[in-house]
Amino acid sequence: MNVGVLALQGDFREHLLALGDCGVTGNLVKSAAEISQIDALIIPGGESTTISKLAKAFDLFDLISKRIADGMPTYGSCAGMILVAKSILDPASQQETFGGIDMQVRRNAFGRQTESFEVDLDFKVISGAPFRGVFIRAPWVESCDKGVEVLASLEVAGVKHPVAVRQAHVLATSFHPELTGDNRVHRYFLEEVCKK
Amino acid sequence: MSKANESQVGGARVKRGMAEMLKGGVIMDVVNVEQAKIAEDAGAVAVMALERVPADIRAQGGVSRMSDPDMIEKIQAAVSIPVMAKVRIGHFAEAQILQTLNVDYIDESEVLTPADYEHHINKWNFTIPFVCGATNLGEALRRISEGAAMIRSKGEAGTGDVSNATTHMRKIGGEIRRLTSMREDELYVAAKELQAPYALVKEVAETGKLPVVLFTAGGIATPADAAMMMQLGADGLFIGSGIFKSGDAAKRAAACVKATTYYTDAKIVADASRGLGEAMVGINVADIPVPHRLAERGW
Repeated sequence: MNVGVLALQGDFREHLLALGDCGVTGNLVKSAAEISQIDALIIPGGESTTISKLAKAFDLFDLISKRIADGMPTYGSCAGMILVAKSILDPASQQETFGGIDMQVRRNAFGRQTESFEVDLDFKVISGAPFRGVFIRAPWVESCDKGVEVLASLEVAGVKHPVAVRQAHVLATSFHPELTGDNRVHRYFLEEVCKK
Repeated sequence: MSKANESQVGGARVKRGMAEMLKGGVIMDVVNVEQAKIAEDAGAVAVMALERVPADIRAQGGVSRMSDPDMIEKIQAAVSIPVMAKVRIGHFAEAQILQTLNVDYIDESEVLTPADYEHHINKWNFTIPFVCGATNLGEALRRISEGAAMIRSKGEAGTGDVSNATTHMRKIGGEIRRLTSMREDELYVAAKELQAPYALVKEVAETGKLPVVLFTAGGIATPADAAMMMQLGADGLFIGSGIFKSGDAAKRAAACVKATTYYTDAKIVADASRGLGEAMVGINVADIPVPHRLAERGW
């Protein structure tokens, strides 16, 4: 299986290392030819506006959207979560998304960098110890359709917000497993999401 | 169910992690809301809010300080990307002020007039992460030991002359490569010579890289400059005067973003270089008297 990591901007090398820890040799992809050849895609953390503008400028946007819509297994962390959402609450000027999960996300939902944090999460499909979630200017899921499975949530001021979700072949997390050295989310993506 | 208020804020991982998210991107100096929006539209990963870009600081002279909080807040309100701001070297009270404004990163910068000629800020005392300049590996590791979560090579700000950025990136990269070939007993001597903590020297020797993200800055003015610095090992770029002191800022900004992503593809960098209008005029670093060189600030 050829797993691509979208390498337009962000921490794509950390995702590549996490794949390596799972015994998979991933490939950094940033051209139409490369993206056409992959079987699965990871969209890394980064600046979602930058990644989407570069994808537009180099005619990758529609290709990625179509491949996701056609069933290519895809995992997005943080900025990647924003980019696989159906819509963004209060999007930055002209910001569009690839789509993949029927949800609306709120960018920078927890606040600015000073509010970035780490917390232990109960991640539904991952057994063993809690998963350490690293949230950096992170989004959360504001609302989602019935077909979206919520895998982890976080309570903020008494309100529960999904921070890890899956719909069919698309997985998204608000946080950054690739910064923790704990590869259980990547393993779940490779072993469960990619298999279906 | 986990609750966000039981979480840990301001740890090294979220501070350094924030810089990881900026990698492969361009951080642009902006002096007003209009420029900040141009930068965001061009694909900048963050903006640095300041009252005067380095080229003007250089031209106008005088003492250069932290920006007006009103000006920083206007820019924060205008864009969705991270907003950074500068404090003078050693000026911890300016940093305390920026922390109350919730800027996303603080640059303890040699571009402003230093407030302390001996000490840098103890950056561990803040929940906001800091980026600091360095001209060599020892300086970078001293800043990291003080709590810097990101390093940028200094270059010579406000010149449009990339030569010092090249020198500093080659120097830092070369010193890292040298450490990776040393025996353990030699590392003790290296730590002494670098004037840096042994633990950090050992970590660099083992991993072959800094423990934090390394950007480059100072004199970058063209897509070709961007591509060169990325090929020399920068994780990303700061562009100060180079964009808004040029003929067509919006076009040049977008071109530098493209060249930073596709830095190994000369054809794309060539296309990005077409029809950008006038580049910033610039000053040769060699023509600037040594006491006026900003890169010499920092200890």
